[in-house]
Amino acid sequence: MDIWGIVIESVVKILFVLTIMLLTVSYLVLAERKVSAWIQSRLGPNRVGWGGALQPFADVAKLLLKEDIVPKAADKTLHTLAPFLAIFIAFSTYAVIPFGPPITLFGREINLHLADVNIGVLYVLALTSLGVYAITFAGWSSGSKYSLLGGIRSSAQMISYEVSMGFSIGGVVMMASSLSPVDIIESQSGWMWNAIVQPIGFITFLVSAFAETNRLPFDLPEAEPELVGGYHTEYSSMKFASFFMAEYANMIIASGMIVMLYLGGWQVPYIEKLGLGSPFTQIIQTLSFFVKVGFLLFFFIWVRWSIPRFRYDQLMNLGWKVMFPLSLLNIVWVAVVIMLFN
Amino acid sequence: MLTEFGKILIFLLIAVIFVLIGFLTARIIRPKRPTHEKLLTYECGEEIQGSPWVKFNARFYVVALIFLIFDVEVVLLFPWALVYKEFGIAGFLTGFLFLVILGIGMIYEWRKGDLEWDRPVIQPPLVKKTEN
Repeated sequence: MDIWGIVIESVVKILFVLTIMLLTVSYLVLAERKVSAWIQSRLGPNRVGWGGALQPFADVAKLLLKEDIVPKAADKTLHTLAPFLAIFIAFSTYAVIPFGPPITLFGREINLHLADVNIGVLYVLALTSLGVYAITFAGWSSGSKYSLLGGIRSSAQMISYEVSMGFSIGGVVMMASSLSPVDIIESQSGWMWNAIVQPIGFITFLVSAFAETNRLPFDLPEAEPELVGGYHTEYSSMKFASFFMAEYANMIIASGMIVMLYLGGWQVPYIEKLGLGSPFTQIIQTLSFFVKVGFLLFFFIWVRWSIPRFRYDQLMNLGWKVMFPLSLLNIVWVAVVIMLFN
Repeated sequence: MLTEFGKILIFLLIAVIFVLIGFLTARIIRPKRPTHEKLLTYECGEEIQGSPWVKFNARFYVVALIFLIFDVEVVLLFPWALVYKEFGIAGFLTGFLFLVILGIGMIYEWRKGDLEWDRPVIQPPLVKKTEN
């Protein structure tokens, strides 16, 4: 295959992934509002389109038409750079998450991920830790006390939970002996899901994912009663929209990562015993990935309305005194399990 | 030959163009009518008091330092985790030793009170009572 064939295939795949991503992000916002309404016995958005189905587009149009205000006290360069950085990082992490097994289409094998990098997990870790910069820049450059406090809090929170996140991933890497997402998914065949083999690591990763995405109960960076809007207090129009989109995109990535690392990715146990033939099996496997991600996203929203916000010292205690020792324990556990069963 | 990182580069370029188009469209169609009040920093509608860059708790720096120490250890752990299955009991013992040292470091920080968020309560030094 010549280089242009590969480039065209990549570009088509990229446009496909970008479209899917933007649609899922905008519909996740709608889903969150609908589920929140359902949990609180309200109706939720139901005016635009059929039962509110066109609400995301109305939101986008509204945000596009809003005036963009940069306060005089703000550092103009960093204030503009921060939302770009946030959305850029959120976009770029999508490139390595595989969402299905290789599918044979038109006589060609097509991989359902943009790039199979042999250090995929490290790539995601590196980029998500860059996300701290976006929030710190936004908080510092706004020239507002609320933003500054929100930004500082957020960076301390994100780096605290990043350590236990890294150690939890260590356990997964030990099981798979590889950093490539595809290998990690293939190492969890049958019922050998990492969530079952290493439940402690699963829990620490899940909690850290909530903290990394700044979701309730860890949404102290933007705690409304004390900090107005936190680091995005001084943002409006498209800049606010990009922070908002980045937050939801990060939620999807976090769910994708949890599914990939702990819930077997696209694997469905014993599906090959059904003898469905290759295209059907692959379609069911791809769908199962999306179902798992969808359930986790629902779980994110569910937790939001079930657990109240932590106090800051509670958050730090949980991060350093509970999650961090547990993630160390998880590594010892995985090491012993591999010793015993290998 | 286009490597996997080449594909990621194309993806990033398209993503950047995509975001830029969004921002430029918004720039063209949105209104721009700034007034003095609009451009003030939000402070609950009151006059702005002092510098926006207020003093904050120095413990944030301590957290950053602890993070630096342990995150380097995460990096050191990954190569070991990758080849763990090949090395058997020797690999297990090496990793165990590493984790023990890490654990001692953590216990030390815990005992020193660096993991406490609130300022640790410092016990005043005991003064020996003298008889009469």
